[in-house]
Amino acid sequence: MLRRVRYELAGRVAFPLLNALSSWQRQLKRRGRKPRANPFGPPLDCVRKLRELMTAHYYVGRYAQGAVPVAWVTSGFPIEPLRALGFHIVYPENHSALCSAQHAAIDLLQAAEQEGFSGDLCSYARIDLGSALTGITPVGRLPRPDLLACCTNICRTVSYWYKNLASHFDVPVVMVDTPFVYGEAEPHHLSYIEEQLGELIEVAERIAGRRIDPERLERTMRAAWEGLVLWGECLQAGKAVPAPWTAIDGFFHMAPIVTLRGSEQCNSYYRMLRDELSDRVTRGIGGIKEERHRLLWDNLPIWHKLRKLSTLFAERGFNFVVATYTNAWAEAADLIDPAKPLESSAKAYTYVILNRDLEHRLASLKQLAQEYRADGAVLHSNRSCKPYSIGQVDLRSRLAQDLELRVLLLEADHSDPRLYTDEQIDNRIQAFLESFS
Amino acid sequence: MSTATAIGVDVGSTTFKAVICDGTGRILDHLIEPTRPQMEQQAREGIALLVERLGCDPALPISATGYGRKRIPSARQLTEITCHALGAFHLTGRPGLLVDMGGQDTKVVRFGSRGEVLDFAMNDKCAAGTGRFLEVILHRLCVPLTSVAELASKAERPVTVSSTCTVFAESEVVSLVAQGEPVEGIVFGLHRALASRVAALVAPLAVKEPLLMSGGVALNQAMVRALEHALGNRIAVLPRPQLVGALGAALAVRNSQ
Repeated sequence: MLRRVRYELAGRVAFPLLNALSSWQRQLKRRGRKPRANPFGPPLDCVRKLRELMTAHYYVGRYAQGAVPVAWVTSGFPIEPLRALGFHIVYPENHSALCSAQHAAIDLLQAAEQEGFSGDLCSYARIDLGSALTGITPVGRLPRPDLLACCTNICRTVSYWYKNLASHFDVPVVMVDTPFVYGEAEPHHLSYIEEQLGELIEVAERIAGRRIDPERLERTMRAAWEGLVLWGECLQAGKAVPAPWTAIDGFFHMAPIVTLRGSEQCNSYYRMLRDELSDRVTRGIGGIKEERHRLLWDNLPIWHKLRKLSTLFAERGFNFVVATYTNAWAEAADLIDPAKPLESSAKAYTYVILNRDLEHRLASLKQLAQEYRADGAVLHSNRSCKPYSIGQVDLRSRLAQDLELRVLLLEADHSDPRLYTDEQIDNRIQAFLESFS
Repeated sequence: MSTATAIGVDVGSTTFKAVICDGTGRILDHLIEPTRPQMEQQAREGIALLVERLGCDPALPISATGYGRKRIPSARQLTEITCHALGAFHLTGRPGLLVDMGGQDTKVVRFGSRGEVLDFAMNDKCAAGTGRFLEVILHRLCVPLTSVAELASKAERPVTVSSTCTVFAESEVVSLVAQGEPVEGIVFGLHRALASRVAALVAPLAVKEPLLMSGGVALNQAMVRALEHALGNRIAVLPRPQLVGALGAALAVRNSQ
C-alpha cells in the first residue's frame, strides 16, 4: 500500500516538481548562450514535452516495483491486456536505444559479452542483459519485472533473450508466437495467436491478482488504435514539401507510441505534435533549412550516430522524410477493432513489417517512396537486426530498377558503436550524395 | 606546349598521386610516391614540384580525393568513387563498370554516359578485399610485389586460402608454408581468394558495359587474371591505373569551371 502511494506520488507530485526545477536549470544554462549554427529548421516545441513524458515514464518506473505489477516486453508485444490489468510496462529495446543514444552502451555490451553472450547477438539484447547483470542504467533504476513477455513478430532472438532474463530474475516468461506471414496469414495461424493471447491474460491475471475487466480492455484497445492513427497523421505530415520535420526527429518522437501505447498521455502528446506539424506545413517551415532532396530510411536508426548522420545529410540539403521503421507503428491501425480486442490484435500484431515476406517489404518501400516523393533511399544494413536486413541487396536493386531511386546500403549497427567505422561510412555517404549532383 | 589548367591530387592510404592536366584532360605531368603521415605537407611539396617542373601558374585550381583529401583544405574535395568514374569515363569515352582496387578498399563503380556515378559498392569494414591484404601476406612470404605475377604463373595449382580476415589469412599462410605447400601455389591461391571476394562485389552491379580496372593493384597482372577467372569476363586495365583517381579529380575542377 505504501509503495503504491509512493508510486502515485512519484508521478503526480515529485516528478512535476523535479521537472520544473530541471527546466529552470536548463533555462539558466541556456541564457546568454548563442544557438549553434546548424542546417536544421527551428526545433519542434513538442521536443520539451517529449522529454518530460519519457523522463516521467522512467522516473515513475523507479517506484513501480512492489507497487504495481511490472512487465518487461518486446517492442511488438500486444500490451493492451497488460495495460488494462494495470501493469507498469518496461521496454528493454527502448532502454537499450536510450543507452546507445546517450553513449552509455559500451560498458553494458562488454558486461554481457564477459558473461558469455556472443558479440553476434543483437546489441539491444546485449545492452539489456548487461544492464540486468550490472544494474547499471542511465535512467537511475529499472523496476524488476514480475512478468516477461515477448512476441516473435520482430525476431526469434527475443525468445532466447527473454528466457535468459527469466532465468536471471526467476520470473515467468510468456511468449506469443506469430507464424511468419507469406502473402496472407492462414486462419488457423490467427486463431493460434488468439489462443496464446488468452493464455497471456491468464498468466497476467494471476500475477496482477485480479481479473481483467473487458470494458477496460476495450477502452485500452480503442486508445491504442487512436494512438496509432494519430502517429500515422504525424508521419503523413512529412509528405509536404518541404517536410516539416525529419524522419530522424521521428525516431525520437516515436518513443510514446512504443512505450505508452494505449494510454491517454500518449494520445494527447500526438495530438499536440500533429497540430504543431500541421502548423509548420501551413507556414512552410521545414525540418531542414534547405530541402533539395528527399530520402527514405529503411531499418532501425543508428542511435549512437543520429546527430552526426542527420547533420551530414542536412548540410547538403538532404532530408529523410520517411522511414519504414517509424511507419511500422502506424501501418497496423486499420487492422485493430476495439470491439474485438483479441481477435483483431492477433492480426494486427502478426502483420508487422518484420513478420512479413520480402514482397510486402518491397511493396511497402515503393509505396512510401512514391507517397513521400523520395528521390533516394538509405538502407541501413543492421548487423544486429538480421530479419530487417536480410534481402536488402535485392530490395536495393529493385528500388533502383523499378523506381530509378539512388540507393545506398549502409553497414552499421543500431546500438553497438564499435561496429561503426566513421571514415568508411562517411566516404560512402559522401559518394552517394555526390552522385545526385 | 599545352597550358596546364587543373591539378588533381589523390591521397590514398598507400600512395600519394598528383597530376597536372591541360584543358582537354591530358596529363602533362604526374607524381606517385608513398603516402607520408604529413599529408598536407606532402601535397604542398608535390604540387610545388609539378608546378616548378612545368613552369605553370602556381594558383591553378586544385581538387583532392582519397582518404587524405580532408587534409588539403585549399582543394575542392570529392570522393574517390566520383573521381575514378570521371577519370575512367574520360579515358574510355563510354559508360562502364570500373573495379578500383586500392590499398585500403576496393570499389566497384558503375558510371553513365556523362561519367556520372550510377551505382557503387565497396568492401565492408575490413581489409579482406583490398591491396593491403595482398601486401601483408606477400610480405610474410618474402615475395616482392614486382615478382608476384611471374611467381603465380609458375604455380601448378592454387592452394586454397580460406580465411577471409587478413590477420587470420596471414597465420593460415604461415601454417601452409609449414606444411610444405609451394609458395607459388599459395600466392596463386591468395589471388584467387581475393578475386572471389571482389567478384561478389561486382556481381550485383554487373552490366553489359565493358569491365575496367584502375588502382595500384591493377598493375599486378596475376590479380587481373584471377579476377577475369572469377568473373568469367575480360578486363581492360586503364592506362596508368594508379592515376585514374587523381585524373578524375583534375577533371572535376575543369567541369566545375
